[in-house]
Amino acid sequence: MTSVTTNAAARRHGAWRRNQRRLAPLMFIAPGALMFLVYVVVPIFRSMSISFYDWDGMGAMKWIGFGNYVELWSDPAFLVSLENNLIWLVLYMLAVPAGLFIAIFLNQNVRGIRIYKSLFFFPFVISQVVVGLIFTWFYAPDFGLLFKLTQMLTGTGTAILADERYATYGIIVAGLWPQIAYCMILYLTGLNNVAPDQVEAARLDGAKGWKMLWYVIIPQLRPATFIAVVVTVIGALRSFDLVSIMTQGGPYGSTRVLSYYMYEQALSEYGYRMGYGAAIAVVLFFIMMVFISGFIWKMYRDETER
Amino acid sequence: MVQSTRAAALALAVATMTGMAAHAGDLTIFTDTSDPAPKQAFQTLIDDFQKANPDVHVKWTVFDHEGYKTAIRNFLTADAPDLANWYAGNRMAPFVKAGQFMDVSDVWDQNGLKTSLKSALPSMTIDGKQWGIPYTYYQWGIYYNKDVFKKFGVDIPKTWDDFIAACAKFKAGGVDCTTTGTKAFWPAGGWFDYMDLRTNGYQFHMDLTNGKIAWTDPRVKKVFDEWAKLLKPGYLTANSAAIDWQDALPNLVQGKAATYLMGNFAVAPLKAAGMTNDTLGFFPFPEITPGIGRAEDAPTDTMHIPAKAKNPTDAKKFLAFLASADEQTKINDILGQLPVNNQSKVGSDPFLQQGFTMLSTADGLAQFFDRDAPAEMAKIGMEGFQEFMAHPDRVDEILKRLEAARKRIYQQG
Repeated sequence: MTSVTTNAAARRHGAWRRNQRRLAPLMFIAPGALMFLVYVVVPIFRSMSISFYDWDGMGAMKWIGFGNYVELWSDPAFLVSLENNLIWLVLYMLAVPAGLFIAIFLNQNVRGIRIYKSLFFFPFVISQVVVGLIFTWFYAPDFGLLFKLTQMLTGTGTAILADERYATYGIIVAGLWPQIAYCMILYLTGLNNVAPDQVEAARLDGAKGWKMLWYVIIPQLRPATFIAVVVTVIGALRSFDLVSIMTQGGPYGSTRVLSYYMYEQALSEYGYRMGYGAAIAVVLFFIMMVFISGFIWKMYRDETER
Repeated sequence: MVQSTRAAALALAVATMTGMAAHAGDLTIFTDTSDPAPKQAFQTLIDDFQKANPDVHVKWTVFDHEGYKTAIRNFLTADAPDLANWYAGNRMAPFVKAGQFMDVSDVWDQNGLKTSLKSALPSMTIDGKQWGIPYTYYQWGIYYNKDVFKKFGVDIPKTWDDFIAACAKFKAGGVDCTTTGTKAFWPAGGWFDYMDLRTNGYQFHMDLTNGKIAWTDPRVKKVFDEWAKLLKPGYLTANSAAIDWQDALPNLVQGKAATYLMGNFAVAPLKAAGMTNDTLGFFPFPEITPGIGRAEDAPTDTMHIPAKAKNPTDAKKFLAFLASADEQTKINDILGQLPVNNQSKVGSDPFLQQGFTMLSTADGLAQFFDRDAPAEMAKIGMEGFQEFMAHPDRVDEILKRLEAARKRIYQQG
């Protein structure tokens, strides 16, 4: 009897020992994977299934197939949101070169440089809500700084956020402020890793100015550029807080983006259309997927090439 | 027993825990009364109820006012309290239609509320049944700066033409005739309500918000033509779409604007900013179509029993208590608003007195655009009004859009 149990224990022990190398990583990954499954993967598929229903979030669900998607296609508010998302995406990319420029400018040794660096990094540290409020007041009709400035220069003040032609751009500028700071920090750390011997060698070969930047520095900053582009693209696509704080999608819906429109339709004070909101979320998800799979593919390729 | 917290999510968690511990005799109440006056009013109400019913144990949770609007959907379906506050009219329709509110017609019948709360009966009735108890409402109308009116020698306008004529005088003197801030959309809804109520009357307005009339109807167009008389010459504060309603208040206080169409809740912040009964005045919205019955906006706040309430017996007792003349007098005194019960007494504040007289002689009471129209129509509508107020020349385009929305929204039922 006793010998059987010890034998079994030894065998169990042996099984663990044999598979330890395979099992250990799985066990380490399990908690994270479980969280990811419950809070990310399952909700994605739930959203997809809800998007095929007409549902107010409380009562009975009615299957309508692709009805929500068909409606989206002829919904001017959705098209405006989509267009605004594209504008965001394009203009937000300005944060990358602007961040690089400031990083190079700040990458020098003068007295108090740390203070200047912190000051430039400051907008990224404060909350997006605060950024939104600051810019709302900056643009505000009557007492806003920009309004006063345009009034002085042209005679009539321009209230950026009240004008559908400028409002989206006004919000993007507010978003760029912290985003540039973020890119700047990425590039500052990248610049620390630029090999001095290569710079030295290039200098001996007579490279300087733009040529030095373009052929010697920037290629070495590729990892930083990659991360800066990734965070900027994702930041542009999930822009929500600034729109919510600064205009609530107005004036008359001209500054909506997909994420805000989804919130309006499904969750806001007047939104009782869970299915329709879910359909918007699915569209946004697929747009994000295009970029995210691109990034993942590039990372995978870089790693396997090594 | 008060559990007050600003975060709705936290409150929900607390409620879930207390909800699990509930047994007979416990009465859980959720309210959105996070502002000082409403909070105090409910404290008084609950204390009084406890005194009258010592065997009932009230558990009260206060939600953040804005967060409540989204939280209510979760707690009604997940873990419902015994009582929750909300709003009358079509604003409660989604919950009634989804079967989340309990029919409380018996409370109305047993307490003779159909006489004492008569003015609010239509807005509490869906499918011939009553779904809650109204406890307070307030008037809308035009608040004006008396000093500015005196300076320009303008009398209180009785008709729309008088009003527009006064506007021309203000404009010539560099003062905005009227101010508003429509960033949150609803102040634009108030403007449309009054323009339509005065142009076409109460029944037409109700039919329109219930989707029975096309937005492209010439009578609707007429409303916007009248409205354009104010907007096209620039009598309204510029860039109002970018400012909140509170941010427009200083215009009236500082005399940069002469009038402000608002609800009575604007009086408190206006007085806090330095206006007094000598400088701040009120008058009903002027007449547009002569001879048409005068209807007013009077949004009503209500209490309901969720369908999943665990203690509906005591909840109904509470509703009957809330409907009584004495309690409504007491809480509205604190709220600075008007009691719905016609046996109650109205506070001595001149604005309340004026509002009470105005509403009790009105030919009809509308709730407000976002409570009379279904949620989706309200959103699209108010967005259209906001656009019209900035670009009155786009009227046809806007009305076409609203009509397309009407066709889609009301057919879903």
